[in-house]
Amino acid sequence: MNPVVRDNTPVLRPGFRLQWEPVQNSHVLLYPEGMVKLNESAAEVLLLVDGKRPVADIIDTLTDKFPNVPGLDEDVLAFIEVAHAQHWLHIR
Amino acid sequence: MLNTGSISAEQGPPLWLLAELTYRCPLQCPYCSNPLEFANHKGELSTAQWIDVFTQARALGAAQLGFSGGEPLVREDLAELIGAARELGFYTNLITSGMGLTEAKIEAFREAGLDHIQISFQASDAEINNMLAGSRKAFEQKLAMARAVKAAGYPMVLNFVTHRHNIDQIDRIIELCVALEADFVELATCQYYGWAHLNRAGLLPTKAQLDHAEQVTNEWREKLAEQGNPCKLILVTPDYYEERPKGCMNGWGNIFLTITPDGTALPCHSARQLPVSFPSVTEHSLSHIWYDSFGFNRFRGYDWMSEPCRSCDEKEKDFGGCRCQAYLLTGDATQADPVCSKSPHHHKILQARAEAEQPQPGIEELTFRNERTSRIICKV
Repeated sequence: MNPVVRDNTPVLRPGFRLQWEPVQNSHVLLYPEGMVKLNESAAEVLLLVDGKRPVADIIDTLTDKFPNVPGLDEDVLAFIEVAHAQHWLHIR
Repeated sequence: MLNTGSISAEQGPPLWLLAELTYRCPLQCPYCSNPLEFANHKGELSTAQWIDVFTQARALGAAQLGFSGGEPLVREDLAELIGAARELGFYTNLITSGMGLTEAKIEAFREAGLDHIQISFQASDAEINNMLAGSRKAFEQKLAMARAVKAAGYPMVLNFVTHRHNIDQIDRIIELCVALEADFVELATCQYYGWAHLNRAGLLPTKAQLDHAEQVTNEWREKLAEQGNPCKLILVTPDYYEERPKGCMNGWGNIFLTITPDGTALPCHSARQLPVSFPSVTEHSLSHIWYDSFGFNRFRGYDWMSEPCRSCDEKEKDFGGCRCQAYLLTGDATQADPVCSKSPHHHKILQARAEAEQPQPGIEELTFRNERTSRIICKV
């Protein structure tokens, strides 16, 4: 599988849904017969995955929101790569 | 929170709700997970009662909802139930044999907000499929509907129940699923409860058959990964070939909640056969049922255990295995699951494995799941 680059535009795989669950106090990713409880940083990234924003925009948006987090761009790329490998999202 | 009982102080919410809408089904699979005495349970919750159940379950925290049965398509209010559940925020899964499904229904469910459709197959070719399903036109209908489900844009799970009569075809089964563009393929060997337990000798594959199936599945996994094909193969092997039991349902009353057609609430879809009294949604709130009822607390925690589980250092991993299997094989639901090699009843598992190595009855000699047989087996 090719590495994810900043020009790529991720989109959630059809049938996958990101949702806030008050009882679990977290975002979850729902898919056929399954559910992944997301930590806060994973949720922050996936909330920006809309099939329009390229990875570079997602990194910029999160850098503006969390200016004091070192290595944020690497973390975002690494997470999107993992999510892609898990087939949670497609890359365009 | 809603916790009131002693154990429930630590008990999390139900996350998965399985709504068995009906025991009615046009097929007669000899490994059906419905109770043997299903014909004695004719009652079905009304549309309003089901929606009330969904509303309560969602408030407790359930996020996944499976519409199952029997065949859920025989409920004429299915689209309405899907719509209500989706509105509440559930991820909605339709678990169907595909019998009775039409393109018009697929579209109506889509409009109601259905998230996913799972179609079950009995084998990869028409003859064996139809024989097992007890229906001549089943296979063609299933194929047509699988194609229609994908064409409508749904994610699709294909479920093949495997056993000694079809597991050797696993290569063709996977090939068919990939050709149908399944997103997930469940290659689930029978779990020996209910009808499958009744027919166990005629269903349990040999060790060699199982090893072959695992090898073929792994080869397909490599091939799919090389192609970047997202299709995921899930091979569920029978625990009869394990030395340690499965952590059944992730623990009793831990995350799963099943509601049967008549409103009886169960911690798993097999539990109805246990000599435990289970509460009904027609008499109690789901909150009471989940956190406080006797039935749901019966095997929570570790205090109910006897030896060898009680002092076992693996009890937090497997919870002593499956309560239904312990009861079916030993007559005592507090025993260790006999799958465990530490169980004094493990020889029953070894005996079943030895039986599997012997010639067994053909498909036509299995006991098929239908109302008449159900009434004969379970006279009231």
